[in-house]
Amino acid sequence: MHFDGEKPIYLQVAEQIEDAILTEAFPEKSQIPSTTEISVTYKINPATALKGINLLVESGAVYKKRGLGMFVAQGAKKKIMEKRKQDFYDRYIVSLLEEAGKLGISRQELAAMLGGEEENHE
Amino acid sequence: MNKLTYENVTMRFGDVTALDHVSLTLEPGHIYGLLGRNGAGKSTLLSVTANWRHATEGDVLLNGESVWENTRAQQQIVCMSDGNLFPTMRVKNGLLWYSRFRSGFDMEQALRLCEKFELSLKAKIQSLSTGYATIFKLIVAMASQCPFTFYDEPVLGLDANHRDLFYRELMEDFAKNPRCVVISTHLIEECSALLDHIIVINKGKLMLNEPVEDTLSRGYTVSGPAGAVDAFTAGKKLFGTQNLGGLKTAYVQGTPDQEKAPDGLEISALDLQQLFIQLTNV
Repeated sequence: MHFDGEKPIYLQVAEQIEDAILTEAFPEKSQIPSTTEISVTYKINPATALKGINLLVESGAVYKKRGLGMFVAQGAKKKIMEKRKQDFYDRYIVSLLEEAGKLGISRQELAAMLGGEEENHE
Repeated sequence: MNKLTYENVTMRFGDVTALDHVSLTLEPGHIYGLLGRNGAGKSTLLSVTANWRHATEGDVLLNGESVWENTRAQQQIVCMSDGNLFPTMRVKNGLLWYSRFRSGFDMEQALRLCEKFELSLKAKIQSLSTGYATIFKLIVAMASQCPFTFYDEPVLGLDANHRDLFYRELMEDFAKNPRCVVISTHLIEECSALLDHIIVINKGKLMLNEPVEDTLSRGYTVSGPAGAVDAFTAGKKLFGTQNLGGLKTAYVQGTPDQEKAPDGLEISALDLQQLFIQLTNV
């Protein structure tokens, strides 16, 4: 995990746990690291780690089992995917078009690149 | 709850005012960053806390009682010291002596930390290298397990691995014993994520004393072509600016209005070190 200066660290903590849920590094119903583990491993204030985890509790991605710790909720992956799809346009498409504009890449060229990418995967 | 209160603490050395009516309160459960430029008064603040110097005016109070020459209060406070009390001793013996002075001293933790940092118990304290002298002092401070723990430049002379180890040990220790931790340092960028509260002293005066979140939301950074940055920041209050050829970075006060950011300008969060430099660069 690496934190950059763009966003508050607690948001980055939440996003990186979401990433781990998406890739199933943390499968549904499995336990996620504790606030202390996150704080020690990433050298961040425990209050910041807690704030990040609380975001996931609010969104229903993780839940607390009393005395045991925090666990990935059932259906969390699907929920996160839906949310991320909504963000996808703002986060990636807008900046993609901006960068393409700076470099003078036309829409056709862009489309060709995206098509080419698809072919490579096939 | 335990409280350490500074009431109008003033310290004069001849006609130099090292601390000028500083008032603040420290509480357990927080990691404070004590920041200030060279000569700002950080060390003086520690020295009036640890009974090394008596304030010219004002006082430091632990739960309402002056800490000056107050053994009971000083048992609750540990400051990483400039010098070492037992320079001619070997590390193991030095730790034993500290444990006799400090009722809460955790010898097991101290020995475990020595092993992790590879500090030889047989080494003579006065012949330790700069880095290991710091390591010895921070081990004493951490293992003292005092409700108020002050680290003065805790990573001075430490290599990257040892700095990393210190920050991890600090967080682990804080999870077990969430006391009041104060870190006085110049390496702001490195430890900013550890802190939850910022205290800035500038030229002897208290300049900032607030949660890190509040500090970081005081402003934002805008960078891009100088003309566009100037147009965007016109009429806005700035902490400062930096130029690089035709590019400009402005540190703007207030909250960014994302809607209004024109193309080609990049808006990002302030980082603590930038803000500190801009605030104290006068």
